[in-house]
Amino acid sequence: MNLEHFQLIDRIVDLDLAQQTIRTEARVPTASTIFEGHFPGYPLMPGVLLIEAMAQTSGWLLVALNSFKRMPFLAAAKDAKLRTFVTPGQKLAITAHLDHDGSGYAMTNAKIKCAGKLICDAALTFRVLDFPNPEMAKDMRDVAARIGLKVEVPADG
Amino acid sequence: MPSTFDTVANIISETCDIPRDTIKPESHAINDLGIDSLDFLDIAFAIDKAFGIKMPLEQWTQEVNDGKATTEQYFQLNNLCTRIDELVAAKGA
Repeated sequence: MNLEHFQLIDRIVDLDLAQQTIRTEARVPTASTIFEGHFPGYPLMPGVLLIEAMAQTSGWLLVALNSFKRMPFLAAAKDAKLRTFVTPGQKLAITAHLDHDGSGYAMTNAKIKCAGKLICDAALTFRVLDFPNPEMAKDMRDVAARIGLKVEVPADG
Repeated sequence: MPSTFDTVANIISETCDIPRDTIKPESHAINDLGIDSLDFLDIAFAIDKAFGIKMPLEQWTQEVNDGKATTEQYFQLNNLCTRIDELVAAKGA
């Protein structure tokens, strides 16, 4: 998990395109400038970043389901519940499944567990658009390869 | 069984907290009811689920942006309901 670069997912654990589900994992870093302010003497993983981790996990699922041809952008988070504190060094298990594949949008349900305990969950809405430029598409493929997302990418993708 | 319009109007009322009696067949979702594009995604989601269809929102939006259609053709509720009925009929064909 690289908080400063907003790259919150360390590894794709499992991707099931037929079931439209994904599992990822991420370890909260033991040190980050974010913890210097959130909070001094009592470092906590910001709740918005937990939501972002669920969004990124959902996003990889949607990227894979769209064969790297389209890019999901977070549009709404509903019923987000942050159930307990997350502290530096904790390992997070993140899951998401596709609730609805709409025309130009998608809905997912996502949750994070830590040591088997549910710590947060939300229903997320994404706009699903064409990649705005080839550089972004390439960067997404590079990151996907680094975190172990194995999907056949079409030659023109 | 409720009409398509009643189902759609109920969805809009519940999703956007708009009084049900202000939603008429001739209401324009955007111009009259003030529904923005993000709220319309929630409406589309509920309509897709309720009718078992996938409204082609991207295609409709593209046609409007290209000047090939007016927003009234897709977002005035009586017209929207006609489109929904067509999609339901196509699904069953």
